[in-house]
Amino acid sequence: MRALLLRDLRLAIRAGGGFGLGLAFFLILATLVPLGVGPQPDRLAPIAPGILWLGALLACLLSLDRLFALDAEDGSLDLIATAPLPLEAVCTTKALAHWITTGLPLTLAAPALSLLLFLPVQALPWLTLSLLIGTPALSWIGTFGAALTVGLKRGSLLLSLLVLPLYIPTLVFGAEITRRGAEGLSTATPLALLGAITLGSIAALPFAAAAALRINLR
Amino acid sequence: MTWLGQYAFDILLAYGLSLLLIVGLIARSVMVSRAMRRKLEDAGE
Amino acid sequence: MSIWEYANPRRFMAWTAKVQPWAWGIAAALCGPGLIWGFFFTPEDFRMGHSVKIIYIHVPSAFIAINAWFMMLVTSLIWLIRRHHVSALAARAAAPIGLVMTVVALLTGAIWGKPMWGTYWEWDPRLTSFLILGLFYLGYIALWEAIEDPDQAADLTAILCLVGTVFAVMSRYAAQFWSQGLHQGASLSLDAEENVADVFWFPLVVTLAGFVALFIALVLMRTRTEIRRRRLHAISLKARLA
Repeated sequence: MRALLLRDLRLAIRAGGGFGLGLAFFLILATLVPLGVGPQPDRLAPIAPGILWLGALLACLLSLDRLFALDAEDGSLDLIATAPLPLEAVCTTKALAHWITTGLPLTLAAPALSLLLFLPVQALPWLTLSLLIGTPALSWIGTFGAALTVGLKRGSLLLSLLVLPLYIPTLVFGAEITRRGAEGLSTATPLALLGAITLGSIAALPFAAAAALRINLR
Repeated sequence: MTWLGQYAFDILLAYGLSLLLIVGLIARSVMVSRAMRRKLEDAGE
Repeated sequence: MSIWEYANPRRFMAWTAKVQPWAWGIAAALCGPGLIWGFFFTPEDFRMGHSVKIIYIHVPSAFIAINAWFMMLVTSLIWLIRRHHVSALAARAAAPIGLVMTVVALLTGAIWGKPMWGTYWEWDPRLTSFLILGLFYLGYIALWEAIEDPDQAADLTAILCLVGTVFAVMSRYAAQFWSQGLHQGASLSLDAEENVADVFWFPLVVTLAGFVALFIALVLMRTRTEIRRRRLHAISLKARLA
């Protein structure tokens, strides 16, 4: 499991792995939004939580289609599947590697980018916290979607159609935490619900993803 | 259509659009069903 | 003889051939008079005027839209557990019906909302969750269309249906949570039967039953189509091998 994790991380960091791609996309989005809606702080500040969360979500989506596709192309997915490691563990590892290469950097970069969107300073810890809790759910749900579409030739478009509706609860609660944090309201309830979604996804979705992978490899 | 009151247009629009969609679905289902049966007969079943 | 005997494709074709005309007949006998009754012979509502007539399409289509998904969930489970091919095909047959009904419910709701609420669209939890339901239907149908191998497609869409159900329910609660405090809940709650006077209620029950019969008839017909398509596929495979 550790060997697979290290292998995935190494592949991602190497050129063409798409490690910086998500981050760059996030940066571009944070630059484009003020250009689109205007630079006034009173206009940007209210939509900043939503924009930052949407950006994180789309950046996550961007690197999903290569999660299993590259391994399936060169045949290493079949080797991994026949290894003694159960497929559920493989899916967990893949999701973890995806989170470390996209979710974690996004979480760390979000506070800096939030300054571009005039997010109130008191919301910064809440933004970071909500992303830290919420992005694992994005990675695990995405792994399930990638496992569903791994056998398809043009899967990436379908992947976003399948995965984006599944992201709705995470997006709602994540943006709500940041919004409440910005307004100084209590964030306990959405925080607990977001945590529940993440824990539930981590616990249950590897089984669904592994089942989908098995069907695709059949 | 005066007896429908001030919302006549909305009511007719709602009924028209929905019936169009539902009848379209039924017609499509029937057409596909017929075509499939014919194909199957041609294939010698 | 167990009930599963009826899921054998050959037997399924035999009994549905007999049942199908009845289903169509009942659907026509209920939908036609129900809609005519609702459209021509209901009085004005004191608050909504004649626009209340839209209810006879809006509520049944919304009812079918939700329950079609439940039916797909059940048939997907049956497919995953007992491997009855007809079950998987029935789920595939129901999805486009559910999508059309979702669109109809949203459209009639929007047209009704304009004169009543002053807006076509409101980010109300109920409306939002219906829109999300439509997205789930779209993804499900797209996955069916995308995969060539029939068994593989049935398996993968069944898994998507199970996971999607969990997330659709979560989205519904998330939507409720999210628009809390923005504005009051929808005032046209139809779950409370005392809201609706008997004059409006009886034709509504008739159209509801009619839509259910229509749904059954459509599912049977579309499932038969899918079974024939599958048999055609098998014949062409055999011809290629021979």
